[in-house]
Amino acid sequence: MNKLKTPADLKNIIQARSKKSNKPCIVVATGTCGIARGADKVAIALKKGLKQHGLESKVDLKITGCHGFCEIEPYLTILPEKIFYVKVQPDDVEEIVPKTVIGKKTIERLLYTDLDTNKKIVKEKDIPFYKKQTRNILANNALIDPQHIEDYFGINGYSSLSKALTSMTPEEVIEEVKQSGIRGRGGAGFPTGFKWEFCRKAKGDTKYIICNADEGDPGAYMDRGLLEGNPHSILEGMIIGAYAIGANEGFVYIRDEYPIAVSTIDNAIKQARQYGLLGKNILNSHFDFDITIVRGAGAFVCGEETALIASIEGKKGEPRQRPPFPAQKGLWRKPTNINNVETWANIPLIISKGAKWFAEVGTEKSKGTKIFSLVGKINNTGLVEVPMGITLKELIYEIGGGIPEGKSFKAVQTGGPSGGCIPEDFLDTPIDYEKLKEVGSIMGSGGMVVMDENTCMVDVARYFLEFLQDESCGKCLSCREGTKRMAEIVTNITKGQGKEGDLELLEELATVVKDTSMCGLGQTAANPVLSTLEYFRDEYEDHIKNRKCPAGVCSALIQYSIISEKCTGCGACMKACPQQAISGEKKKPHVIDQNKCIKCGICLETCKFNAIEKR
Amino acid sequence: MIELRIDGIDVQVEEGSSILDAARFYGIEIPTLCHHDGLTDYGACRLCIVEIGEGDNAKLVSSCTYPAEQGLTVRTHSKRVVQARKMLVELLLAMCPSSKTVQDLASAMDVQKVRFKVEHNDCILCGLCVRMCAEQMGAQAIDFVNRGKDRKITTPFDIKSDVCRTCGACMYICPACQLRCQGPEPPGDVCGSCLNVEPVCLEDEDDKMCFLETCGWCYKELGRTKSKEEKRRKID
Repeated sequence: MNKLKTPADLKNIIQARSKKSNKPCIVVATGTCGIARGADKVAIALKKGLKQHGLESKVDLKITGCHGFCEIEPYLTILPEKIFYVKVQPDDVEEIVPKTVIGKKTIERLLYTDLDTNKKIVKEKDIPFYKKQTRNILANNALIDPQHIEDYFGINGYSSLSKALTSMTPEEVIEEVKQSGIRGRGGAGFPTGFKWEFCRKAKGDTKYIICNADEGDPGAYMDRGLLEGNPHSILEGMIIGAYAIGANEGFVYIRDEYPIAVSTIDNAIKQARQYGLLGKNILNSHFDFDITIVRGAGAFVCGEETALIASIEGKKGEPRQRPPFPAQKGLWRKPTNINNVETWANIPLIISKGAKWFAEVGTEKSKGTKIFSLVGKINNTGLVEVPMGITLKELIYEIGGGIPEGKSFKAVQTGGPSGGCIPEDFLDTPIDYEKLKEVGSIMGSGGMVVMDENTCMVDVARYFLEFLQDESCGKCLSCREGTKRMAEIVTNITKGQGKEGDLELLEELATVVKDTSMCGLGQTAANPVLSTLEYFRDEYEDHIKNRKCPAGVCSALIQYSIISEKCTGCGACMKACPQQAISGEKKKPHVIDQNKCIKCGICLETCKFNAIEKR
Repeated sequence: MIELRIDGIDVQVEEGSSILDAARFYGIEIPTLCHHDGLTDYGACRLCIVEIGEGDNAKLVSSCTYPAEQGLTVRTHSKRVVQARKMLVELLLAMCPSSKTVQDLASAMDVQKVRFKVEHNDCILCGLCVRMCAEQMGAQAIDFVNRGKDRKITTPFDIKSDVCRTCGACMYICPACQLRCQGPEPPGDVCGSCLNVEPVCLEDEDDKMCFLETCGWCYKELGRTKSKEEKRRKID
């Protein structure tokens, strides 16, 4: 490949790559989520299948990142007919190649079934999951092979960079980003344009930019989806940002638990370098910029910007007090600008389509689209990209398809472990930074965990507190001891050892942890406690006063017993019980020995006569 | 010079000072634990928190690490600050009730009970020894290990350090392991002995008041029903 020396070179390659071909193509999504479900095996089977039928040169096979609908993975699209098959297994390939690829017929069984109407849907875009979304960023994941920069050229890739370098001054780029109203997608929601401006105006010759790809919230994987699906959009955003700020060196701080994302972005950087899009004198603009990858060692707190900087410097990942802000004194005490993966991926769009286009979507203070990872007790698990301002209800019921097995909704937690749990009464809350804060939660990076009626909110608070007490760096007394003591109190409550005054103490402590901690982790660590205490206080009180877990989750507070009238004495539960806690004669009611019972619930699942009762 | 307002007093300090420096220069006492004049500030104990800003933007920051900024409004003993400090001391007491330093802080702030399960740790993780060893002794023989609730201070790999000269500076500066509280109460959670002593400054040496040393009166005021008038009468 030749280096692209001028903007004209880039234009030529984009034109050459953008030509639409009608050559048949099979698109297989193999993000981490797809591979977990066997998408890589499907891809291998497809390759073999095409070879068997002598179609290797006639049909292309495109391996892309995740399109977003993880629930139905592995899925594939057959172009140009756009036939969309879901939950494909390697064995299905034998049928797909002759019937669909050659015969152009659809296989009913592999099509997506609408949850409400039970009708089969042929094309991906007609699935209700996608209909309410505005997929400005995620849609590209389905179009490109992330391992090939040429695919990215094919969707007009790096043209925004060319536009910024040739026709805009750095100040104009910053102004455009400011006008768009985009705010940091990592969680805190600081206006990106202003952040850039601070850094641009900061004194110093050497400046750095960093892409924060240390995504650590349980149940959140938006950044992974982008890193694995469209790495060049992130790189392009970073190069534009570096040009605007005046930085010549950039870093991608990525967690090492994402091996596929690490290798994808690494490969993308190498290819960009080979094409001259990174390095000296990019597109003859006299602007130099290069990117280094730094792999994080798995500390959640390193997603906090000052801790992240310390980690890149080779120090312990511990936050420090701001000011000075990284824009003044950041990496190696030089002005540094940090943005999240998703923020960077938005930048090329803002430059190419304009600030006005971007600001048309969203609410007054939150503009554009936001990617959420919809997980938990929800029918359509996956990555969704929605306009800011959409309500939680629309997101959960219309896009997410509601709660599985006809159960009722209980709460949704937004913003990862330090977000709050929002109950049903607030489902009409529009998603924007301020509105979520008003109901006691945060936007966070975009995790959205849905919980159903079988979830115990005290147990949820316990889970997140245990996560946070492990992940707190331990520097501040308030965060280290505070999360530990909160976890201690809540764990006692779930064990049935709660006492009068615990809730008041918990509230008092949570407020102090929120108030006095140094960094965002501690300041938001109390959110799961405070929000569940506010909206589900009766559940806590049930645990303490009545020693009851209403959802039947906290094992110390529940008891399994056999209803003798319903028990037929079949002995199925007796055989299934791992503790041999069940005894009884054949065809006579059995009993559970409570001393031996470990409350695993296997008997309840085994019994066909509904004779086991959980109280 | 930087001009700011601390507890309603307009003050001027040199650029580069922290809020703590500024307050102390003007005789306003802010309790500290992990701060030491000879070491860099770390901001770990959070006891020196002060409230800055107004209205909804008001927030608590550690005064040792927060720079004195032009036009800043600082409240060193607002209700929010005092209540938070008391909780922090309660957390410290639950960690290490045998430390005289911690017991003194508890007495001065009128913390009378510990509502958490008391652990008898030897270390409160203030990090003074780590900084002492690195910055004053130039040894860097000890540092923090692990994170969160597993955090501890030790030598690399928990074995005898080659660079440690056994100078003892870490023990000298430690507020927890050296000074055991010798209060009149049997070894327990809160000694509280100092609380029983009425501040002499009020009875005998009216003029000196608490400007010379913290007497803890302001902390007690919040916890007790005594009205301001009553207090004023007593001073008069």
